[in-house]
Amino acid sequence: MKIVEIKEILNAKTLTANCNEETEYSYGFASDLMSDVLAYATNETMLITGLNNPQVVRTAEMMDISVILFVRGKIPSKETIDLAAENSIIILATDYIMFKSCGLLYENGMRGFE
Amino acid sequence: MGSDGLIKRFSYPIVANDFTIAGKSSSEIKSNIKAIGIDARIIRKIAIISYEAEMNIVIHSLGGFIHCDLYEDKIVIVSEDIGPGIPDIEMAMTEGFSTATENVRELGFGAGMGLPNMKKYSDDFEIESNKSGTIIKITILI
Repeated sequence: MKIVEIKEILNAKTLTANCNEETEYSYGFASDLMSDVLAYATNETMLITGLNNPQVVRTAEMMDISVILFVRGKIPSKETIDLAAENSIIILATDYIMFKSCGLLYENGMRGFE
Repeated sequence: MGSDGLIKRFSYPIVANDFTIAGKSSSEIKSNIKAIGIDARIIRKIAIISYEAEMNIVIHSLGGFIHCDLYEDKIVIVSEDIGPGIPDIEMAMTEGFSTATENVRELGFGAGMGLPNMKKYSDDFEIESNKSGTIIKITILI
């Protein structure tokens, strides 16, 4: 699924300038626990989280995750967005709750990594 | 190269309780080993181990160091801190067991996965702890 499609499905905004909207993601991993992201996610997944702090970006950086979707209307701080941009990580934000976001993405073909 | 085969040591002081810069040292370790030209999967393992170790020092200790020791055939991450130590290592190694406070959990850590994660991604895992601190040595073959 392309970033441009994800944005449309979730009525989401891009918060980083470095965004190639044609980049495709097939898998999602949703969690507010960063240790679980480190344990179970893969670099091919989009990280979906309602946790809003710089550690989310650090976690993505360590995992080579290249896109983070913030749900529940969470808007990360400028420091967090800058840190993401420094690491070429795309940040998306939606007002939808995590369950609705994941449901819509799944309905449109995104899957969890097996 | 030293007599034990050590090619280079990168060392980073880690400040306790400073969540604004937590992760910066692991980020630097990641860039340093990337520059050496190691397989991306192995770099990721090292970054995860180092980051979990760094967060443990920030959360649980009074401060310490992360060292990244580069050898011909392996990388060893050494985490050493001064602090209360781990009273029961076996319990601490159990997935889901945590002594972290509520405000640490709000940051997305303290889920009791730190040490198990470090072990999971390592080829060799050694831990020593007493009432004055903890030393963890994690080997990753490259």
